[in-house]
Amino acid sequence: MSSETTASTNTALRDNAEVAEALGRHYSAGFVTEIEMTGLPPGLDEETIRQLSAIKREPEWMTEWRLKAYRHWLGMPQPDWAKLKMDAIDYQAISYYAAPKKKPKSLDEVDPALLETYEKLGVPLHERAALAGVAVDAVFDSVSVGTTFRKQLAEAGVIFCSMSEAIREHPELVQQYLGSVVPPGDNFFAALNSAVFSDGSFVFIPKGVRCPMELSTYFRINAQNTGQFERTLIIAEEGAHVSYLEGCTAPKRDENQLHAAVVELVALERAQIKYSTVQNWYPGDENGVGGIYNLVTKRGDCRGDDSKISWTQVETGSAITWKYPSVVLRGDRSVGEFHSVALTHHFQQADTGTKMIHIGKDTKSKIVSKGISAGKSNNSYRGLVKVEKGASGARNYTSCDSLLIGKQCGAHTFPYMEVKNPTAIVEHEATTSKISDDQMFYCRSRGIREEDAVSMIVDGFCKQVFRELPMEFAVEAKKLLEVSLEGAVG
Amino acid sequence: MLKIENLHARVEGKEILKGLSLTVNPGEVHAIMGPNGAGKSTLGNVLCGRPGYEVTAGSVMLDDVNLLELEPEARAAAGVFLALQYPVEIPGVNNTYFLRTALNAQRKARGEKELDSMAFLKLVREKLKVMQISDELLHRAVNEGFSGGEKKRNETFQMALLEPRLAILDETDSGLDIDALKQVSAGVNALRSPERSFLVITHYQRLLDYIEPDFVHVLADGKIVESGDKTLALKLEEHGYAWVSERAPQAAGARA
Ligand SMILES: Nc1ncnc2c1ncn2[C@@H]1O[C@H](COP(=O)(O)OP(=O)(O)OP(=O)(O)O)[C@@H](O)[C@H]1O
Ligand SMILES: [Mg+2]
Repeated sequence: MSSETTASTNTALRDNAEVAEALGRHYSAGFVTEIEMTGLPPGLDEETIRQLSAIKREPEWMTEWRLKAYRHWLGMPQPDWAKLKMDAIDYQAISYYAAPKKKPKSLDEVDPALLETYEKLGVPLHERAALAGVAVDAVFDSVSVGTTFRKQLAEAGVIFCSMSEAIREHPELVQQYLGSVVPPGDNFFAALNSAVFSDGSFVFIPKGVRCPMELSTYFRINAQNTGQFERTLIIAEEGAHVSYLEGCTAPKRDENQLHAAVVELVALERAQIKYSTVQNWYPGDENGVGGIYNLVTKRGDCRGDDSKISWTQVETGSAITWKYPSVVLRGDRSVGEFHSVALTHHFQQADTGTKMIHIGKDTKSKIVSKGISAGKSNNSYRGLVKVEKGASGARNYTSCDSLLIGKQCGAHTFPYMEVKNPTAIVEHEATTSKISDDQMFYCRSRGIREEDAVSMIVDGFCKQVFRELPMEFAVEAKKLLEVSLEGAVG
Repeated sequence: MLKIENLHARVEGKEILKGLSLTVNPGEVHAIMGPNGAGKSTLGNVLCGRPGYEVTAGSVMLDDVNLLELEPEARAAAGVFLALQYPVEIPGVNNTYFLRTALNAQRKARGEKELDSMAFLKLVREKLKVMQISDELLHRAVNEGFSGGEKKRNETFQMALLEPRLAILDETDSGLDIDALKQVSAGVNALRSPERSFLVITHYQRLLDYIEPDFVHVLADGKIVESGDKTLALKLEEHGYAWVSERAPQAAGARA
């Protein structure tokens, strides 16, 4: 049995008088930090990569690995952006390394301007002030500027550090796992990332350990004309558990900036990885000027039997979001989950979804996607459920809901299915709805203001996904949606 | 308390209310009856400021506030409540959460302190004694998958909780089973007070056996064409609206 389906709905709203044109939008993370920076001039060739590798004091094998990826990338065509309106990226105009000049040895030495930046973003780096039970790695442009609670984590045997540090301190682990889930030649942007990746987080949870606290990385783009090439690797050995969260912001700028990340997750036997993202990159202004191009490859490998990987994402930022956090269900009885809220406003474009690749027996996957479109934005769900021949007893459940706010936005659903095992059960449900005038009047007639009514209705729409986020972040995510929808009703 | 004078209103370019006048004093219950399509729901919607309902002439005063100048949410805060003929579903939004948001929005608009969840739950428990609704409905999403009768009950529970000064019940009785009708009526009666007034829109005299009105009006073709005490409802039940038309030929003429 094999089937492949595509469905597209483009629902323009005609009669929604209450929910009118988009106005302003408040992006509180849009400030710039004034700090002395050092970096590489714009441009990309083999020499750039050697310099980058040298600045990061990388071993020879790493430099070679990068160069190999670079040569591969040179031979790859730019992907064809079927649905995305996007200016051509000039890879020679981007600077591939930008970092604060002063290199801190420990958290106590971090530049006060940086501490203040993270404070303002709601991520205090001082352990005294930090969120209880959450360890943070702070990545500023191309480098990690500090990681909290390292001592406590080390006592539990957990390694949580920047990728750059892991390459120097734990080369055997990095060599074993880096590129094992997303090979350097996987796709155009993954190849570029493999050649020039700057920083990201490295997490290693040894056999049988449940990570004693939430781990999180906070990505901040600050410098102009730079690309951020995040590289994150999380390894959970047999029976290990970890919950990881990343957050992202950038200043308001008129130029588009590139964030091309690769994230790899490896779950061995009975291991569980929960990976949550709250993505709030600068989305561009109400006329579609500026904003981050967020082009990301995220993949998890359920390498061991009975392992589980779960992705939860709340995507509100970026001018363009292009990401499909996926799970390769290799181990028997392994489980993959994808819970997503993607909100687009003004001229934002999101093309996001997941791939669930069933290889092992009795593997299960679940996909819950909630797309919200406002203004003139376009929001697409694109997903693949693939059941290989040997994956007997595989099951998938997919539900994709779209909510439209206003008359000029679009929602699209592209669910692909390839089923090669007859015992597989694959279910797909999809709905498209809008906030109706009746709902708005009902709320208002009870005393609730329009904007509050919209965020309440949107929150209700997203509930299923918010439930998957760690508590503190669910509250954050809800607030973020409210802010992102500012001006969505007139 | 409520004074409607010569109210004209249009929907989709069509004139529906054509010079309606009505005065409701504090504590009074006014029943409004009339044929289908006469403009009863339109009156409720206009009083609450529903977008799309355009007032072309006349005035509506709630005490000394000109209601027509207020946004719907401000009218709610001023104490106007409409139990809708067709209540709306809001998927995923918890019913209790919705109520608390509504109540606190109104309180905030009136400059009163918002209720925390403890105080709010206490109030819910108190109101449950007056207007029963099953616990299960309180925990579900607003009206989502509710039966017709359950939706109507939910409307009256909202009314009990929001404590409006002017409650407009638009065919709240239709869809209720016999026992529910008695319970809801008892609830409404319990809410009657010298400061609170009701406009009860209904097609059935039966409801008025339970909720005794001070006045009964017949709304036909966008105007009040007949007013009387509760015995008017009985006469209508007996003779039908044709009897009113005969007595008020000018209104009937416009309808024919
Ligand atoms: N949004 C609308 N668009 C077009 N026509 C409308 C709209 N709302 C009301 N009308 C028309 O206005 C007239 C009065 O409607 P309304 O709902 O007020 O009647 P009603 O007296 O409540 O009737 P019923 O007893 O059937 O509930 C009807 O002819 C109706 O079709
Ligand atoms: Mg009606």
